[in-house]
Amino acid sequence: MINVAINFMNPLFEVLRNPDKCIKCRVCERQCANEVHKYDAELDKMISDETNCVDCQRCVCLCPTHAIKIKPNENKFRENGNWSQQIMDEVYKQAGSGGVLLSAMGTPKDYPVYWDKILLNASQVTNPPIDPLREPMETKTFLGKKNQKITYDENGKAHYEKTPYLELDVPIMFSAMSFGSISKNAHESLARAATELGTYYNTGEGGLHEDFYKYGKNTICQVASGRFGVFKGYLDAGAAIEIKMGQGAKPGIGGHLPGMKINDEISKTRMIPKGTDAISPAPHHDIYSIEDLRQLVFSLKEATNWEKPVIVKIAAVHNVAAIASGVARSGADIIAIDGFRGGTGAAPTRIRDNVGIPIELALASVDARLRDEGIRNDVSVVVGGSVRSAADVVKAIALGADACYIASSALLALGCHLCRSCNTGKCNWGIATQRADLVKRLNPEIGYQRLVNLVTAWDHEIKEMMGGMGINSIEALRGNRLMLRGVGLNQKELDILGIQHAGE
Amino acid sequence: MIVDAKNYDYTEINKIIRESAEERFEFKNVLGQRYLGAGTSGKEMIIEGTPGNALGAYLNGSKIIVHGNAQDAIGDTMNDGAIIVHGNCGDTTGYAMRSGEIYVQGNAGYRVGIHMKSYENLYPIIVIGGKVGDFLGEYQAGGIIIVFGIGIEGCPVGSFCGTGMHGGEMFIRSETAPEGLPKQVCCAEATDEEKLSIRHYAERFVKHFGGSADELLASRFWKLTPNSASPYKQLYVNN
Repeated sequence: MINVAINFMNPLFEVLRNPDKCIKCRVCERQCANEVHKYDAELDKMISDETNCVDCQRCVCLCPTHAIKIKPNENKFRENGNWSQQIMDEVYKQAGSGGVLLSAMGTPKDYPVYWDKILLNASQVTNPPIDPLREPMETKTFLGKKNQKITYDENGKAHYEKTPYLELDVPIMFSAMSFGSISKNAHESLARAATELGTYYNTGEGGLHEDFYKYGKNTICQVASGRFGVFKGYLDAGAAIEIKMGQGAKPGIGGHLPGMKINDEISKTRMIPKGTDAISPAPHHDIYSIEDLRQLVFSLKEATNWEKPVIVKIAAVHNVAAIASGVARSGADIIAIDGFRGGTGAAPTRIRDNVGIPIELALASVDARLRDEGIRNDVSVVVGGSVRSAADVVKAIALGADACYIASSALLALGCHLCRSCNTGKCNWGIATQRADLVKRLNPEIGYQRLVNLVTAWDHEIKEMMGGMGINSIEALRGNRLMLRGVGLNQKELDILGIQHAGE
Repeated sequence: MIVDAKNYDYTEINKIIRESAEERFEFKNVLGQRYLGAGTSGKEMIIEGTPGNALGAYLNGSKIIVHGNAQDAIGDTMNDGAIIVHGNCGDTTGYAMRSGEIYVQGNAGYRVGIHMKSYENLYPIIVIGGKVGDFLGEYQAGGIIIVFGIGIEGCPVGSFCGTGMHGGEMFIRSETAPEGLPKQVCCAEATDEEKLSIRHYAERFVKHFGGSADELLASRFWKLTPNSASPYKQLYVNN
């Protein structure tokens, strides 16, 4: 009995069911993969096991009479400024299991979000704003090396080295999420949306499902340390190849898709046997230096006949500027930097919540460093790691980014309610799961349309903000830090961001 | 086609391989050119000299024969085909290789066969004639690694053999078992029946480099396998 008591985890949430509204239709019971709701025939009423509730809001959204509310459990441990309930719960979990704490999605901790402390400029009187509804605005973006050497022959014809590049109709791409971490229907939604939007989605390190080769020209194929699903046909299939060196949510940490998630289709796509663990080692064991990275970059270029740009994705860590400088010299065409608030299907809690730096600071210092060294045009810079809105995109571009990667916001568009339980594989919204009965809840026809809606709306907002600043081309916004002002930031932060304080 | 590689860099050599209708190439005087044959299928390349790193990366069915030593990362992420080295080779031989065969007459460096894996009828094989460095078969997820240790005193593998191994098999020819193996690796002397399972590869090895398969297989072998298909299942607790 004592063991039961000591192992009991205080439920995080309470299920409030309004008995006047509940019609006992049992929709909540059928919809909850966590088995929170149950019908008790003897009592003729719905009952709840709140210990399993993750607050994904599925039951709330589908209850036909709106009878359900999920609220934080009012039963709290004795209040303590130092020992929060969260920290105490974590100690209990580890004492009971001996396990490493595993979490999902970006860190929920209250770290500063610099996007929210940066304000944009607008034109008044002397340089008129532009109305994007009436006047042409350009958000088309090219990613890759910008060659500066142009020579002319005797006929005046220009000659320059043309290197492979990506062409984006909007400066937004869908960031890497593997088939395995998310469902096939989620991947299909992303692939179709990228195709319609004229941008790119990213396979993540789980290979490319055979049904999605047809979206190849809008696909970025990722190569990570585990090399899952990587073979000549995969490399040839995409528009670009991304080498994953790091991920913002778990810098310095590899990946591990447990054997239980490797079903038939994932086995086929990753090219590993069903039911076996898919382990991505933390490092690429052939890369211990920039020269080694260069070897992988060039081997990929060589294997694909120099037709595809190569992206190197790194996590934003303390020395990110120096690392990015090395990456720029490795022959990569594009550097992707992932900030520490970025999402994940599963990461050790301690890593996710304590390792890395904010993307805003990383971006500002990388852009400054590459410009100082005169190599900014050798690479494009793509940033991700919690880009939540069109305003974040505009601020990122003004800080020097060429484009943004979004993932969490894309999942929200597909129905994600950020319950942060992806690692359990029981996503009630059919996104972060491989259970067939759950996957089918996400209709790719609707999913892709919602993604298209989201990015189209953002694109329009970007144009409106640009227009307000009197800028009609995204190129003129890029690295234009004069359009930014900080609020409530100290001098050091302003210096790193390379911006002035509001009022200056 | 016979090509004197002396004045060519790797892009030019690979262009010749890719664009030529011929299927068989002999490259003379190769000296450090990287990525030779990367991603190719249906070709045969005979290389004289010393090819550079990442020889046959993403190889997709071609056959590469090296008369000389090879360097690091041969057969990186190889999907099919064969690489035969009449000499020694460097680190990370067969990194994440999924299928095909690599035969090395002499010694190989660190991290041979790291993260090699098998899938359905794809089954990678690495056979090393001499000895290997540390971290043999690190993260091995499938396939077979064989180390013959020919002419080597003592056990022909370095330290930390099989670290993170979670699939596949290793066969080490040695009087004594490898020392200091990690917890997730089982090591037992190979039975005659198990030795029979690698006879085919021993025969191929002697066909390439000479010797006697019978003699090789008459020695003691140690068979290394992971002790669980999912050794990390208990590592985590959901938070």
